[in-house]
Amino acid sequence: MSEPPVTAEPPGDVSPPREATDRSPWNWLLILPIVVPLAPALFNMDSPRLFGFPAYYWVQLAFIVLGVATTSVVYRMTRDRAVRS
Amino acid sequence: MWRNHLTEIIVFTVLFLLVSAMGFLAARWRAPKDMAHLDEWGLGGRTFGGWITWFLVGGDVYTAYTFVAVPALMFGAGAAGFFAVPYTIIVYPLVFLVLLRLWSVSRQHGFVTPADFVRTRFGSPTLALIIAITGIAATMPYIALQLVGIEAVLKTMGVTGDSTVARHLPIIIAFAILAAYTYQSGLRAPALIAFVKDSLIYIVILVAVIYLPYKLGGWGAIFDAADAKFKATPAPGDGILLNQNNQLQYVTLALGSALALFLYPHTQTGVLASRSRAVIKRNMSALPAYTLLLGLIALLGYMAIAAGVKPLPGAKEGTVDSNTVVPLLFDHTFPDWFAGVAYAAIGIGALVPAAIMSIAAANLFTRNIYKEYLKKDASAAQEAKVSKVASLVVKVGAVACIVFLDPQFSIDLQLIGGVIILQTLPAVGLGLYTRWFHRGALIAGWVAGMGLGVWMLYQIPNPATKRAHFGGSAFPLEKFGFDTPKTIYVGIVAVLVNLVVAALATLALKAGRVPDGTDGTSPGDYFVDEGDEKLDPRTRQDGDEVAVEPAPQV
Repeated sequence: MSEPPVTAEPPGDVSPPREATDRSPWNWLLILPIVVPLAPALFNMDSPRLFGFPAYYWVQLAFIVLGVATTSVVYRMTRDRAVRS
Repeated sequence: MWRNHLTEIIVFTVLFLLVSAMGFLAARWRAPKDMAHLDEWGLGGRTFGGWITWFLVGGDVYTAYTFVAVPALMFGAGAAGFFAVPYTIIVYPLVFLVLLRLWSVSRQHGFVTPADFVRTRFGSPTLALIIAITGIAATMPYIALQLVGIEAVLKTMGVTGDSTVARHLPIIIAFAILAAYTYQSGLRAPALIAFVKDSLIYIVILVAVIYLPYKLGGWGAIFDAADAKFKATPAPGDGILLNQNNQLQYVTLALGSALALFLYPHTQTGVLASRSRAVIKRNMSALPAYTLLLGLIALLGYMAIAAGVKPLPGAKEGTVDSNTVVPLLFDHTFPDWFAGVAYAAIGIGALVPAAIMSIAAANLFTRNIYKEYLKKDASAAQEAKVSKVASLVVKVGAVACIVFLDPQFSIDLQLIGGVIILQTLPAVGLGLYTRWFHRGALIAGWVAGMGLGVWMLYQIPNPATKRAHFGGSAFPLEKFGFDTPKTIYVGIVAVLVNLVVAALATLALKAGRVPDGTDGTSPGDYFVDEGDEKLDPRTRQDGDEVAVEPAPQV
């Protein structure tokens, strides 16, 4: 889902000239926080416990940080790549 | 008896009335010149900045029902109930790029609903009608479930009665107030109320996760108590960890729910109301704060186990209403006044999504049924008027569901709702990326996915409640002839079949040269942003509280 189709821009038929795209290699980073939380082998265990939380719970809560970090990085790295000419 | 809960009832009522007043005043907040336009009533003028969108979408996704049902699931089944956490983590990276395209194309063409987009993209009013009806059908029981959340709280405070009317009167009054201010203020009402709702919920949960473990002997003791409870039950599927047989269900349920979430019309309403692409992008990083909250709320289910909470009896003889475990936990452990605050948080938490959902359903009716089939030349003012009335009808329907039908019926419908809204994925989700699918093939795929999904749900028994059908969303693979006790989420199977049928039918229809609709969008439409010259300046306003990045000049 992260890869838009390659489409030729029809010249002139949309008003402001632009090279609109959301393509960026950074977008691939978004796959990480989608795949990792869906792998129970990584977290379906009791130990090590952290503050009394079995690993199952604290590891999954820690994935929130992974999600926030990747979306933030992708946002920052794609922001300056101006989408317009 | 309710007299023992007087303090709680007073705190609850005062906060509820305060919020209702805000709902009515919201019409004046960021007031437009002309409210008689669907963009204003139904989308708040498409001007919401980062903070408002965060509260609005957060209030929309993490509903009162979620806050009551997820811990109830943890209380009953253990680790499997924690799927809500991976679900609400993966959803944001999953839709990060998709929602931006949806926002841009909707902003460019003035789309208000997902069906508006499908109509223009695939040139098919019929496909749009199917998407609209699917959206309305999936949203209605969701609204009714918000009432289940309020009811769980009222029941715990002892506000019940013997006759049907007496038992439901508080809910009818609450929804009448909600209907009135939604009618008047539109999307601005839930947007403003969401600030109060979420602030209350954050306070309550922060206090709960610090104070309750201290009272119950620490987190380790809480998990050990849950472990001991599940080990003592004969049920094979529960426990504080997943077992070999429910991992596939856990993963597919999280993935399927994540794919479905932003196909719901009410979540799209929250996204379309935002001001720019940057607002959406920033929110994809900010919304997971609610996921942390939800994870901690889920653990309230284990705290209830450790505190020895026994759920109140259900509607039928011999059943228990497990949705009451969280309100009961608060009642047992918090001082009365703070339990009242916690109840108000849940009660108000029901109002925000209920308002947004009724607005979304009303917009679907107005744009894709009324304007399409009943009055093609409807003016903007007429559209707004019809939507306002439709939002009232939707709420009356939701209340009727709860008052006259077994609440279990709404829960079943909500379960079905998640599966059927997923069937709009090829047209709405993939449609944002590709125009390859034939409109007729998308309809064929939808029919196949719907049929299979509902059939599978019908086949699922629930031994705990002794029901033969609609007993959950975990489909035993042995019914497909596999020799395994593993289960899988119905929605994922149904949407895969939907996609395969849509792809095969597309090849067939293209080979047969069956005429396809025309695409009313152009590739550039999917990238327009706030500040672009070609955008209609009517809806552009300033004065939001969030600093905007300077709009790039063309």
